Amino acid sequence: MSALLKIEGLSTHFITEEGRIKAVDEVSLRILQGETVCIVGESGCGKSVTAMSVMGLLQGGLGVAIDGRITFQDTDLLSLNKAEIRAIRGHEIAMIFQEPMSSLNPVLTIGEQLIEPMMEHLKLNKKVARERATALIEQVGISRSKQIMNSYPHELSGGMLQRIMIAMAISCGPKLLIADEPTTALDVTIQAQILDMLRQIKEESGMAILLITHDLGVVAEMADYVVVMYAGKIVEEGEVTKLFEDPKHPYTQGLLRSKPVLGQRQEELFSIPGQVPNLLELQPYCYFHDRCEHCMAICRTQEPELGVVGHQQKAACWLYGEVAHHG
Amino acid sequence: MTLMEPHTARAAESQKSETRYKKPSLWKQALRHLLRNKLAVSGFIVVAFMFLACFIGPLFSPYADNKINMSIMNKPPSWQHWLGTDKLGRDVLTRVLQAGRISLTVGLASMALSVFLGTLLGALAGYYRGIVDQIIMRIADLLLTIPGLPLLFISGALLSEWKVPTDYRMYIVMLMLSLVNWPGLARMIRGQLLSLREQEFMHAAVVLGLRDRRKLLHHLLPNLVPLIIVMATLNIGGAILSESVLSFFGLGVMPPTPTWGNMIDAANNMIDFQQRPWLWIPPGLSIFATVIAINLFGDGLRDVLDPKLKR
Repeated sequence: MSALLKIEGLSTHFITEEGRIKAVDEVSLRILQGETVCIVGESGCGKSVTAMSVMGLLQGGLGVAIDGRITFQDTDLLSLNKAEIRAIRGHEIAMIFQEPMSSLNPVLTIGEQLIEPMMEHLKLNKKVARERATALIEQVGISRSKQIMNSYPHELSGGMLQRIMIAMAISCGPKLLIADEPTTALDVTIQAQILDMLRQIKEESGMAILLITHDLGVVAEMADYVVVMYAGKIVEEGEVTKLFEDPKHPYTQGLLRSKPVLGQRQEELFSIPGQVPNLLELQPYCYFHDRCEHCMAICRTQEPELGVVGHQQKAACWLYGEVAHHG
Repeated sequence: MTLMEPHTARAAESQKSETRYKKPSLWKQALRHLLRNKLAVSGFIVVAFMFLACFIGPLFSPYADNKINMSIMNKPPSWQHWLGTDKLGRDVLTRVLQAGRISLTVGLASMALSVFLGTLLGALAGYYRGIVDQIIMRIADLLLTIPGLPLLFISGALLSEWKVPTDYRMYIVMLMLSLVNWPGLARMIRGQLLSLREQEFMHAAVVLGLRDRRKLLHHLLPNLVPLIIVMATLNIGGAILSESVLSFFGLGVMPPTPTWGNMIDAANNMIDFQQRPWLWIPPGLSIFATVIAINLFGDGLRDVLDPKLKR
């Protein structure tokens, strides 16, 4: 199958007065048609910046340097002009955000906002767009769709608003949906419903999803392929089952160990010691070395590269140094 | 059957209440809060009364033709002339009302124009930033550094120098006032827009691939409406005041077209000032009452509509 989205050597750096912040550094990944890829990592590891780079939300910002190639269906997104990228946004690639409460314009009704992308991209007239919007609201599992159409965002709950956001995102039949922590702001029962719905929509429409999260439970439930990021770099990637069964990188191992296990009462939950390094002070070494329990001499002096380890799994770690060089 | 009845009745009732259920919209809530503010309500009543009196009042006056009648010049208030007559024998009450028409029209029109200019330019500057912002805001800064009144005086004097026909002066005065007033407005709008455009819902609008025009007009502008309403209201008062000042100095609207400003001009004459107070007190009071009332009303509106000043 051909890749729907291919990111090659993407680097998004922010140039500030204190120096160059490598928020995303040399990241490559690809998403096949209909595939769900999850990017996992803790706060500030570059997950969201990767997504925003794909959407072109950062381009032209002050002190933003983007390098690399982002290819979506054979078009290089980074080389498009404003009008061309606008035609893709919301039409071919849609995005939903973390905070449904603040992602809708407070002074416009749900209906007015829901019909906008359809009128813009599918050139529907207002009446048809409204009918489609009503159907979409029902598709995302909200009854009383007529009433909801005329409601304002503050009258709905967070879970409902996220459903509306999803309805808006899928309204033009995108090929790729980027979901930036779509369930983080919601409570657990709603999270499960939203994820179920996303999966169902995905199965019906065959769109691919790039899901960004820090919740390993969400990853296990949704992903086909997982990418683990740390300090702006990919440290490990692989098929979801393989990665959960046999994590290679010490960071992934640590992440999986820090999950609470149902039915087991532990004195204290495991946590990875230390903190994410300051992105301003990165040197050419393994960014994880000071938190790693397997730290070796080479980890402090040289940067490991992402190499194949085991079956369809890649990791950037000196523990697999020999393998990596041959891979 | 009888057992079922209350149940079905309740169902019908709830259905009815659902259809009858009307959302308390933002505007209705605002109106309710506004009605609770006594000062704002009295301000509105005074303004409304002024408007009605000035625009309808002269129609009922027997002296609306402003005929010059030397035999009744400078008469104090009487039953025929409630506020007396002026030095040409014209009825002062009728003239105050007719002057009100002009003053209020000038205030309204120059407000409309400066709000339009301020919103348009402020929105463009805040939305596009960069070079557009630089150009617009530097012009605004330039206009703001020159004190408004001297600027108006100079341009008024220029108008007299160039012998602009008095009929047109009223419109030119409107233009002048809006030219002086828009920078402040543009700044407010720009500031609001700068903060709005960074809100998450604007990112969402970008991600949906909407056009600039749609984002600006359909997403950002409605968020500015409360601010614009408040600014516009307060602006009318300022415009009426500036027009009066100009006309008082003989640099604004010229007699015989009456405005409140050029009617108070009578107070420049020592005899009129000391012995014929009916010539200058009524227009003075009109300005005072109207401007205060508009400001009270505008203040009340701001309390209600500006989210930053929420109770």
